[in-house]
Amino acid sequence: MTDKPGNRRYHDMGGLPAGPVENDDHEPDLWEKRVDAMMVCLGTSVADGKKLITVDEIRRVIEDLPPDAYDTMSYYERWVHSISTILAERGVYSREELEAKLAEVKARANEQASEGAAP
Amino acid sequence: MSRFAPGDKVRVIADFTRPGHVRTPWYCRDKAGVIERACGAFANPETLAYAKDGLPKLPLYRVRFAQRELWPDYGGGAGDVVEIEIYEPWLKATEE
Repeated sequence: MTDKPGNRRYHDMGGLPAGPVENDDHEPDLWEKRVDAMMVCLGTSVADGKKLITVDEIRRVIEDLPPDAYDTMSYYERWVHSISTILAERGVYSREELEAKLAEVKARANEQASEGAAP
Repeated sequence: MSRFAPGDKVRVIADFTRPGHVRTPWYCRDKAGVIERACGAFANPETLAYAKDGLPKLPLYRVRFAQRELWPDYGGGAGDVVEIEIYEPWLKATEE
């Protein structure tokens, strides 16, 4: 027998015990809809004759998550992690640019929160 | 050009250590099945996953496996099957 269970990659869990399936419908949050829309835009946009992102790349980055992150991140958290990793890989922006933008957005959110809290 | 035709007996190659993005589920590797249909040729997802062009396109087949082949302790009907779409490089001909 050549099967070596120790070499199975974590995400490749077809056929393993998984417990009950939750069938409850729920409305996606606004940010989740935005991530979905961003994925569609990037998957249909072409630069230098290539799509900006492929679903195969998205899957590859998600599959490379360590098991604890794979288990605890939500569906769209995995997507947004994957999208941001790929766009940095492809040089659409640098890590520094992404971090600067995130800091700017956080500062704006804090400002809005403190304005909202004022009497 | 497709190497296999419907009805051909095949076995998934026993590659349990291929790194990176792989489109062939772990549980069907080294398992025997039958070609159910040829699906056409498609860009290779295992290279598209690394921002390559995925060329040359690879023949894709729908392969039918008996549940009892995949899961030795399967408790359902003897005629139960699973069909999995698998790219040609993952398949080899077999007489079994």
